[in-house]
Amino acid sequence: MNNISLIDYGMGNMHSIAKALEHVGGKVQLVKTPEELSHASRVVLPGVGAFRDCAATLKASGLGEAIKEKCAEGTPFLGICLGMQVMLTSSLEFGLYPGLNLIRGTAKHFPESHPERGYKIPHMGWNDITFSSEKEIHPVLKPLKNQQVYYVHSFYCAPENPDHIQGVCSYGEFPFASAIGRDNMMGVQFHPEKSQRAGMALLEAFLKWNP
Amino acid sequence: MLSKRIIPCLDVAHGRVVKGVQFVDIIDAGDPVEAAIKYDEQGADELCFLDIRASHESRDTLYHMVTDVAEHVFMPLTVGGGVKEISDIENLLHAGADKVSINTAAIFNPEFVKEAAERFGSSTIVVAVDAKRVQKNGTDLWECFTHGGRKETGINAVDWAKRMSDYGAGEILLTSMDCDGTKEGYDIPLTRAVAEAIPANVIASGGVGNLEHMAEGLTEGKADAVLAASIFHFGEYTIAEAKNYLNNQGIPVRNLA
Repeated sequence: MNNISLIDYGMGNMHSIAKALEHVGGKVQLVKTPEELSHASRVVLPGVGAFRDCAATLKASGLGEAIKEKCAEGTPFLGICLGMQVMLTSSLEFGLYPGLNLIRGTAKHFPESHPERGYKIPHMGWNDITFSSEKEIHPVLKPLKNQQVYYVHSFYCAPENPDHIQGVCSYGEFPFASAIGRDNMMGVQFHPEKSQRAGMALLEAFLKWNP
Repeated sequence: MLSKRIIPCLDVAHGRVVKGVQFVDIIDAGDPVEAAIKYDEQGADELCFLDIRASHESRDTLYHMVTDVAEHVFMPLTVGGGVKEISDIENLLHAGADKVSINTAAIFNPEFVKEAAERFGSSTIVVAVDAKRVQKNGTDLWECFTHGGRKETGINAVDWAKRMSDYGAGEILLTSMDCDGTKEGYDIPLTRAVAEAIPANVIASGGVGNLEHMAEGLTEGKADAVLAASIFHFGEYTIAEAKNYLNNQGIPVRNLA
């Protein structure tokens, strides 16, 4: 079951993520319509750009509803960066915009920059992902123990239910959810397709994941 | 903790690496994909490709090169050289670049940076600033130069970096024209002056000759990343050695497990 439906809603470059998925043995199908998604056995939602545009495009194309249906059926789902943020109920990016509401919560902007504390916006570069000692590391995230991953973002996910936080990153003194998930759904703030070996290991784990 | 980045920089022309790559075990030293793979294996945090010819005719070759590299290494790629229009940025991003560096075009048309940042996001836009120390009214300051340091612009480099940051550039690739090629270290006062003046990231460039210089750029210079060409290309140091050194100096770097 290495078939992956990669949602292509016309924003940004699908090339890197498609190549990375192929690199770890995935067979990638670019999906542009809800019909194409109906056969999906695994779904990856990438994303760059603004939440508003992303959510609006998913809604207008019907892909948003189709994703929600697939998720409800139990199909393994991975949202990356903005693709993670649109999993939430809403975002405060340039106003209040609704997301897919797969996980209750809001995407929020980092507090203002503190250059003197080494805290700049966007949060860009290699940083940690750490895990709660109180629960087992999520199987998709297991290869990331003691690894750094590549982040580029100005907004972060604030899920309502702390149980949905699967990994944490601290930016300056500010901790935020680096990975969120429940049941068959997983979202990561960083870019596995840009995180070299650590990222490839995560994508491989996603391919093998049977929630 | 956010790591300081080490970025090897490769000069390319017509889709080939042109300056000073002499990895001993690479047969075809001019192959950008082989160079990228080598740096990827060594644990580089990012790669920077600068098209030094940047002629209109060679654009397609550059795009193909970027695509080729992006298919082989899964790390952030910055590409610059001759970026003048929104469509240049679009093409590079579509080819597989993650960030695009704007140089001369920013000087001639500062609004271009604003437009680019609004369209593609700050994290995608790097502005390259080539600065040279000059004396004006008895005081030392830095001025922006174009054309490889030959043409004076009369623009104060620190003010300029601030303006570019205000216009949405996520990073400033700051090259000291005085230090470039000297191997005597980055221009620390310049790097620090810019890093303290702007909220955007600063990449120190020009003059690095040893690992101590790298540490200085990141600590004294307060840079977020260091760019280096020859010290890696000629095999004087590997990136792993550089990271070890920085790590021992207490500088946060990403270590490969």
